[in-house]
Amino acid sequence: MGNGVLLRGGRVLSFPAGLGAETDILVEKGVVAAVGQGLSPGRAEVVDVSGCIVAPGLVELHAHLREPGMEYKEDVASGSRAAACGGYSAVFCMPNTEPAIDNSSVAEYVFDRGVDEGLCMVLPHGAITQGRAGETLAPMGEMGTCRAGVMGFSDDGSPVSDSEIMRRAMEYARTMNALVISHSEEPSLSAGGQMNEGYYSTLLGLRGIPPESEEIGVFRDICLAEKTGARLHLAHVSTARSVDLVRDAKRRGLPVTCEVTTHHILLDDSGLTDYDTNMKMNPPLRSKADVDALLEALADGTIDVIATDHAPHAPHEKETEFDRAEFGVVGLETCLALVLTRLVETGVLSLEKALEKLTLAPSRIMDMGRWGYMPTVEEGAPANLVVFNPETEWIVDPRAFKSRARNTPYGGWRLRGRVVHTVFRGRLVVREGDLSPGPEQGTARKKQKDAGRVGAGERASAAAGTGD
Amino acid sequence: MSETVSGNRHLLSIRELEGPDIISLLDSARSFAEVSTRPVKKVPALRGRTIVNLFLEPSTRTRMSFELAAKRLSADVINFATSSSSLSKGESLKDTAKTIVAMGVDAVVMRHQSAGAAQMLTGWIDCSVVNAGDGMHEHPTQALLDLFTMREELGRLEGLKVAIVGDIDHSRVARSNIIALNRVGAHVLLVAPRSLLPEGIEEMGAETTGSIDEALEWCDVLYLLRIQMERVEESRFPSLREYTLQYGLTQTRWSRLKRKPLVMHPGPMNRGVEIASEVADEVESVITGQVAAGVAVRMAVLYDLLGGSHG
Repeated sequence: MGNGVLLRGGRVLSFPAGLGAETDILVEKGVVAAVGQGLSPGRAEVVDVSGCIVAPGLVELHAHLREPGMEYKEDVASGSRAAACGGYSAVFCMPNTEPAIDNSSVAEYVFDRGVDEGLCMVLPHGAITQGRAGETLAPMGEMGTCRAGVMGFSDDGSPVSDSEIMRRAMEYARTMNALVISHSEEPSLSAGGQMNEGYYSTLLGLRGIPPESEEIGVFRDICLAEKTGARLHLAHVSTARSVDLVRDAKRRGLPVTCEVTTHHILLDDSGLTDYDTNMKMNPPLRSKADVDALLEALADGTIDVIATDHAPHAPHEKETEFDRAEFGVVGLETCLALVLTRLVETGVLSLEKALEKLTLAPSRIMDMGRWGYMPTVEEGAPANLVVFNPETEWIVDPRAFKSRARNTPYGGWRLRGRVVHTVFRGRLVVREGDLSPGPEQGTARKKQKDAGRVGAGERASAAAGTGD
Repeated sequence: MSETVSGNRHLLSIRELEGPDIISLLDSARSFAEVSTRPVKKVPALRGRTIVNLFLEPSTRTRMSFELAAKRLSADVINFATSSSSLSKGESLKDTAKTIVAMGVDAVVMRHQSAGAAQMLTGWIDCSVVNAGDGMHEHPTQALLDLFTMREELGRLEGLKVAIVGDIDHSRVARSNIIALNRVGAHVLLVAPRSLLPEGIEEMGAETTGSIDEALEWCDVLYLLRIQMERVEESRFPSLREYTLQYGLTQTRWSRLKRKPLVMHPGPMNRGVEIASEVADEVESVITGQVAAGVAVRMAVLYDLLGGSHG
């Protein structure tokens, strides 16, 4: 392993070059040492990747890794394993933990846990307000300058409902050169809601969440971004008017970006007729017309990023009455295949555009160059790569997930395109679709830490409410 | 009625019944209604069968009605209420249901405050499930007994003009009736301020109006829903007084009608709110008739699920 890896016969997908011809990639000392045909392996291990595409490792802008505090749902270890198997090299995780990531010690704790695992970068977003309570600002400067280098701030799971506080947060973030990531929602309109408001919520007798609750939030946050000059990233936009508002903001040159989740572009509220709690998330699955608008916005570039909003929950939190079930679905291990099958194969996005929204765009938004991170496959770039076979067909089996959670709406789906290997910092952390036991794993330090951790894997109190 | 892989038959939603299924259940209910008029009100149709009434939300008339229906079919009945259950100790619905069914139960009749709870139950337990009202979703046996009453009183269902007045948004009774009435070829008009009508309700097969006077001129059946005080706090309408003025079946409205519709109410009535007390007294026989029909219709449903050729 220490002698490097020669990936032989894959096609490189990089930006802006696009998809190239079959070639070899030599990875040595954590970087891409050479790209070219007929490379000599020297002492490197040769891995045949013919038929596969070698792309920059994926970057997840929006995941919930649940540590600290809700390790029974997921933790940095299980989340990292899921991410690596899903082809990710970096995962930004949301601060709605217990305690919240609203200061440098919790941020560094999460960051360090990621370093311990060594499977991908785990980069926490910080809370906008202390305890995510929406009342007083969290120390963005302290979090920004700490080891975790927090640059994105979000109270995700809840909106910052007080507009004055959101205004001041944006002003303050602008000074810190930080990014405000908004979970935009007008909570008085969505209170008690279980699914998108419309014909299906009426048919099912479930309290609705009107699209307007999100759209009013999106409009407010764009107004405030324009006023304050802050950089704004809108998390999980889900409605036609939300993307119209973003399109208009971009046209006017505002520093606004947005993401869409895989589930909001693949599923709609008509799928809820069996009260499947794995289809319950916030924002909720919207109408077919909204899905069409999101696809259009993906294609025309209004939507910058495809994220998963990976939101693990324990079985008992989903196997319950619909209105008592937690919001959220897992996504790290299915995203790439879903995108390839349902967006690329169907012609909504080219392969290059799709991968751009999973790699280049999120890394730019988070200015990952400051970590030396380069979402590219070229000589001298850090070797963070995903190797996937676009032709492999497989059926989603939630029991096989590396994530601790199984709450996916895609169980049984037949997908085309599968992650074969993941290279992180020059090391094959995933080999033939499964984690490879490398020398970095099972180190004394990690074992010690594992032994000292409390509650992981155990059923914890269901009292802690988490809306994602 | 729906059927799961395990072969259990359920009644979860009126959507599972086509028009002829409904008519056949109503015919069967008519035969069972005769049983309730006998000195010995009992037939051996479900002897040896065990039915659990799992009522996790307060209810007297529906629970009693199901209990009587099961007993008149000679089934063994267990009543399970929230106060006496493990649910109050934090046990999940899934575990509670599995525990009950482990005792050897043929059907669970469930009332639950969460929409979809009855449907979820079918995935967890191996027996028949009857939805006795789930949140704002459906109350299929209520719709059946309402159709039974309309049919007995007016002699037909097809082409009947039915106006449903009140809090449609929160009403599982309204949802089940809209679907059932559509299935048998009746016309439905919903009468309420927009703030009490859920999004997209027209797509379920109903017209809407804000005028009860227009509805009174049009309808053969006026179906009044119970109005709850909480809706004022939710800003659904300004006050009960205003509701009565705009949507109540007042003495004035009633007396000036030349052609009087059949007035129905699922109970319990709020006299002086959705219906004037004098009018309620005048139409009471139909409303108590609905209650009697409830037992017959539930006998028909339980017999269809557990007895006869399907058993």
